[in-house]
Amino acid sequence: MPVNLKAKLIDKKELIPGIFKFSVEAKEIVEKSKPGHFIEIRVNDQTEPFLRRPISIHNLDKESGKLEFIFQVKGKGTKILSTKNVGDLIDIIGPLGNGTFKYESYNNLAIIGGGIGVFPLYELAKNAINDGKNVNTYLGFRNKDLVVLEDEFKNVSTNLVLTTDDGSYSQKGFAIDFLRHDIEAGKVDSIYACGPLPMLRAVQKLAIEKNIPCQISLEENMGCGLGVCLGCAVKTASSPKDAPQYVHVCKAGPVFKAADVDI
Amino acid sequence: MNTKINFAGIEMKNPVTVASGTFGYGREYSEFFDLSKLGGIITKGTSLKPRSGNKPARVCETASGMLNSIGLQNPGVEYFAQNDLPFLRKFDTAIIVNACGSSIEEYVELCKILNTLDIDGVELNLSCPNVKAGCMAFGNTYEGVKAVTSEVRKVLDKPLIVKLTPNVTDIASIAKAVEDAGADGVSLINTLLGMKIDINKRKPVLANNTGGLSGPAIKPVAVRMVYQVAQAVNIPILGMGGIVNGEDAVEFMLAGASAISIGAGNFIDPYTSVKTAQGIEDYMKKFNIDDVKDIVGKVEMN
Repeated sequence: MPVNLKAKLIDKKELIPGIFKFSVEAKEIVEKSKPGHFIEIRVNDQTEPFLRRPISIHNLDKESGKLEFIFQVKGKGTKILSTKNVGDLIDIIGPLGNGTFKYESYNNLAIIGGGIGVFPLYELAKNAINDGKNVNTYLGFRNKDLVVLEDEFKNVSTNLVLTTDDGSYSQKGFAIDFLRHDIEAGKVDSIYACGPLPMLRAVQKLAIEKNIPCQISLEENMGCGLGVCLGCAVKTASSPKDAPQYVHVCKAGPVFKAADVDI
Repeated sequence: MNTKINFAGIEMKNPVTVASGTFGYGREYSEFFDLSKLGGIITKGTSLKPRSGNKPARVCETASGMLNSIGLQNPGVEYFAQNDLPFLRKFDTAIIVNACGSSIEEYVELCKILNTLDIDGVELNLSCPNVKAGCMAFGNTYEGVKAVTSEVRKVLDKPLIVKLTPNVTDIASIAKAVEDAGADGVSLINTLLGMKIDINKRKPVLANNTGGLSGPAIKPVAVRMVYQVAQAVNIPILGMGGIVNGEDAVEFMLAGASAISIGAGNFIDPYTSVKTAQGIEDYMKKFNIDDVKDIVGKVEMN
């Protein structure tokens, strides 16, 4: 059950140019949140920009009630959000989504993220490592300048592989190639992914090929974020060819079993 | 202070309803407030058989509003009757089903079923711009509106409201068709057909290319149309289009709407509808108005 509250901004950092980490006091949301949940933010009390911004949850501190989210300045809304100052109140609805990451029945997790898709994977990795799981994390970025959260993920991973497409930092290549290698070495019993669509498609294909359970976190244009407007549709994998069936990212997701959706 | 109204034969505790397609079947927003605070709930557009809706992307933001091309995804009337209506009936509010179809026969079949359900009224959707057959195809001519509405009227004893599309040249003549066909009320406006282009991809943002524009961006058009319809017909008007607060609602009522609907405004703030009801009361206090009905149509033209 989501709640709507005005959360106080208690810390703000620009991780790399254009990417901000916000820490807010949101006890009522934190209490109910699980890895994979998202929130919706109204950036001002005007009608321009109009809609709320869906943003994934990066980190939860269950004791203090602190919630952290990271966003990239992409348009009007995130630009306004980035100008908020410590002490300001931020209008948030959350936690949202019914599909969250479920790792409890597995032991050897492969967590793979690309670009700004790595943010929601942190809470998952943190929970899993605290539960004694093996957490193999694979993070891919385009180049050195876009690498974020390396130390944070190192602290919540048994093993971290960090790649850049151009080899300007750490391993050269795509994160999925390292994942494939570890799957073939028998180190992985489940996969959790978030990132750009081409990456998710490749991970989905690999998981099906290797017959490994896989959960992916999806994005789609959203209207309400609550399951009302039915805007953020995603086609189900079981759809008959001539009669597509849809579920919704905000309601059934944002995390889906990779085998259940046609992306 | 009296905020109760009788709209087209439907008793409402206040003139604030929530618009079709922006409130689902009530469950999601019931987690934020007691739905009994609403004058009425207009359900998601519901058809005879389930509909899967359009390909994504289905929504995008525009200046002070949004475009949608959902394509009437809904579980069908049978599912609604079994699963959603019992839930909605737990609340002390009017339940009005938005009914959509692809042919006159389908509208009639659907309304025969709706006539047997425990609902307060039907809002006939002759205005969805996002489906290939039916809906707006009937809604943009006098003859089309009159034909569907007359046939439905024959099988529906419950209050009948017809929802109009603004994508027409003369909204007043369309509203007249509703009245001539014997409906009890008219609701307007549905969304305005629009398009947004991604200049980097050089393609429309919505998969369906076009979609319906809603939100404050369309409010002046909606207010003008409500005014024009109020001059043309004697049946009551349910006014909507970009209302996000009590002041907006009063504007529609002054133009001639007896009741109003909150649409996309629900998305930006789950409490928009209840705040709007309060805002209407604040206006009444400010101007010493005892009965909400006394606002309706009271605009004095220049």
